[in-house]
Amino acid sequence: MSDRETVLGRVRRALADVPREERPEDVPVAGERLRGYGERTPAAAAGLLARNLADYRALVHRVSAAGLPALVAGLLAARGARTLLVPEGLPERWPAAAVAAGVRLCPDDPRATPAELDAVDSVLTGCAVAVAETGTVVLDGGPGQGRRRITLVPDHHICVVRVPGQVVDSVPQALERLDPTRPLTWISGPSATSDIELDRVEGVHGPRTLEVVLLEG
Amino acid sequence: MSGTYLGMPSFPRAAAEATRDSTLRGNLRHATHTIRDKRARAVAELADWPRLRSAAAAIKDRTLRHLDHYLVQVEAAVTAAGGTVHWAADAAEANRIVTALVRATGETEVLKVKSMTTQEIELNEALGRAGITACETDLAELIVQLGEDRPSHILVPAIHRNRAEIRDIFRARMADWGRPAPDGLTDRPAELAEAARLHLREKFLRAKVAISGANFMVAETGTLVVVESEGNGRMCLTLPETLISVVGIEKVVPTWRDLGVFLQLLPRSATAERMNPYTSMWTGTGMGAGTGTGTGPGTGAGTGAGARTRAGDGDGPRIFHLVLLDNGRTDTLADTVGRQALRCIRCSACLNVCPVYERAGGHAYGSPYPGPIGAILTPQLRGTDSELDASLPFASSLCGACYEVCPVAIDIPEVLVHLRERVAEGGAVTRGGRKAVIRPARGHAAERAAMRAARWTLDHPAALRTAQRVACRTRRLHPRRLPGPGRAWTDTRALPEVPAKSFRDWWARTRGQGRPG
Repeated sequence: MSDRETVLGRVRRALADVPREERPEDVPVAGERLRGYGERTPAAAAGLLARNLADYRALVHRVSAAGLPALVAGLLAARGARTLLVPEGLPERWPAAAVAAGVRLCPDDPRATPAELDAVDSVLTGCAVAVAETGTVVLDGGPGQGRRRITLVPDHHICVVRVPGQVVDSVPQALERLDPTRPLTWISGPSATSDIELDRVEGVHGPRTLEVVLLEG
Repeated sequence: MSGTYLGMPSFPRAAAEATRDSTLRGNLRHATHTIRDKRARAVAELADWPRLRSAAAAIKDRTLRHLDHYLVQVEAAVTAAGGTVHWAADAAEANRIVTALVRATGETEVLKVKSMTTQEIELNEALGRAGITACETDLAELIVQLGEDRPSHILVPAIHRNRAEIRDIFRARMADWGRPAPDGLTDRPAELAEAARLHLREKFLRAKVAISGANFMVAETGTLVVVESEGNGRMCLTLPETLISVVGIEKVVPTWRDLGVFLQLLPRSATAERMNPYTSMWTGTGMGAGTGTGTGPGTGAGTGAGARTRAGDGDGPRIFHLVLLDNGRTDTLADTVGRQALRCIRCSACLNVCPVYERAGGHAYGSPYPGPIGAILTPQLRGTDSELDASLPFASSLCGACYEVCPVAIDIPEVLVHLRERVAEGGAVTRGGRKAVIRPARGHAAERAAMRAARWTLDHPAALRTAQRVACRTRRLHPRRLPGPGRAWTDTRALPEVPAKSFRDWWARTRGQGRPG
C-alpha cells in the first residue's frame, strides 16, 4: 500500500466518530466575521496605514502625482544610489527625474543572477493592495511589481501605494482583492529580527530600508 | 550534533537541572514577560478577538473532522499548479523522500527555512547521514545550529541564549560553516544580526535547493503560506531552483477566506505584531499542468496592464515538492479528546504565559514542541512509552493560563488531565494507525495505589472517620517530607498541615446534635 493510501486510510479510521452523512459545511463556523474594525473614510484609512507603517519603522512619504518623480530622485540621491531596479509595467514617469540625475535603470530580467541583483542599490515598485489596520503592502507580481526576488535582494525598496484606490482597511478585505494563484508577498516594515533577547533589530536578510510613498490623487 | 531527543531524562529531572541554571532562568523570564505584555496590547486592538478565536477553532474543527476531503483537495490543487505531492506516513519515509529529492538535484548543501516539522523528523541528521549539509537560515536556528544546541522555544528557538553567549558562538563556530564572524564582533544585537546577514548571504546567492515547512495550506487553491520576519524565508522560497516543503497534514485550512482569520490571529499571538514583516504565499510552481513545461518567457508575461509574472518565467523555484507528513498526527486525530491539539498554529503564546515553562525552559520537554502545547502534542505524536513522554502530561500546574491565551481555543488542561489518566491507568489508544491497549506506565504504581486506597476509604465512611482522627491526633509526628515513592513529590512541595480537628468533628461539636457522622 502506498503512503498516500496508508495516511488517508488512517485519517478515515480515526474519524469513526464523525457521522457518515456529515458534510464539511455541516460543521458550523461561528457567525459572520468582521471584515474590518470600524468604518473609515479613505483619508482616515490612509492615515492609519501611514501610522502603522511608521510604527514598524518603514519610512513613509506622502506626495501628489506631480511631485512623485522629484521625490523618488531625492530619496535615491540621499542614499547615493546609482542603480535602480525597475519592474515591467512601472510608469515611466516615476523614475524619470532620477534618470535625468544620472541614476542607471536595471530592468527586471528573469536571467539576472542573484549576485547581479545584490549589486543593485535600490528598487522601485508599485503594489497590488495595502492594508491600513496592519501597515502592510502586498505585491502580486502584477504590472509595476516584478518578480518576488527584486524587492528582496537589494537593500533599499521604495514602494508606491495609490491612495485611496489601493488601500483597504483589513486583512480579509485584502484577501478578497488578491488572486491566490499569483505569488504573493506581504510586507509590513523592513526585514527585522527579535531573536536576540527579543530586542528588535531592523535589517537581516531583506531590505534594511523600506520607504513607502503614498501617492495621492 | 546533539540534536537528538532520544534517551532524554524525564521532565522532572530535566526541569530540576534547568531551574538551577540562573542565567537560563533570567533569559527566559525577561523574554517571556516582554512578549506577554506586548501581546496583550496587540490583541486588545481587535474588538472581536473572542469571535475571531471561536471562528478559528471552528474552522480547524471542520477541517479535522473532514481531513481526508481537504487533503485530497490540496493535493489536486498543488498538482494542477505544477507541484508534486508526496505522502509520508512517518519520519523515516519523509526523510527518505526528501533525501532522494535532494540527491536527484546533485547538490550537497541545502538551505532551510525554520521548520518545526523537520525538527520533529530530525531531517538535518538524516540528510547529514546521506552526505548533505542542511544550513539553517533563521537567525535563532543558526545560533542553535552553530552552538550544537537544541531549540527551546517555538518562535524564538534561541530564547535561552543571551547576547554574550551568541557572540561567543558566532566567534567560535561561524568559520566552520562558511564566512567567519567579523573581527572584533561585539555583543550588540545589531552587530550580531549583521554578522548573520553576511554569513548567510553568501549561501542564499548560490543556493540551488531549499527546504521549508509551511504555516498554512489552503485546500481550495493549493496555496502554501510562510510567515516570517527576517527575509530568510523569502530568500529560500524564491531564489533556489528547487523548493521542498515538508508540512504536517493538520496545517490545511479549507478556503482562501478562512486564511484571513488565521493571518489576523497568528502574528498578534506570536510576536505581538499587527502583522509579521513578511508573509509569502505561493501556489505550486505557478505553472498550471496544462500550460506545458516551458520555462522561457511568453506564458502571459506580456507588456502593459495585463502582464502577469509567473514562476514559469523566473519568479521562484521551477520545481516544487510538497511532502504531506503524518508521523503520529492521525493517531492524535483518533483520540476525540486529544484531537484538538491538531488545531495548534504554533504561535507559542501558551509558552510565554506558562509558569512551568518559564522556570524549566524548553529543553526539559525533550521535543521540538516545548511548553504546554508540547506537553499534550508530544505524548500524542510519539506515544507514552518512554519515561520522558510519560512524564510530559504532568509538566503543568493546570493553572489554565495556556487555554485563556490560545488563539484557537485548545483546552490544554483538559487534554493534560486526559493524558495523565492514560499514563496512570493505561487504556485504548491508536498507535501507527492501529488500535492498541496500553498498560499503565511504570513509575506510577504509588500514585495508582494511593488512588485506589483513597477510593476505598472514601467509599467506607467509618474507615474515613477513623483515618481522619488518627491523622489529627498524630499530627505532631508527621514528617515534613514523604518517605519512599512519595519523596520526589515533596522535593518541590510542602506537605499540607493536618488540622487539630477534622471538619467532621468540628461540625459535630458546633452544629451537630452531639453525634459525629
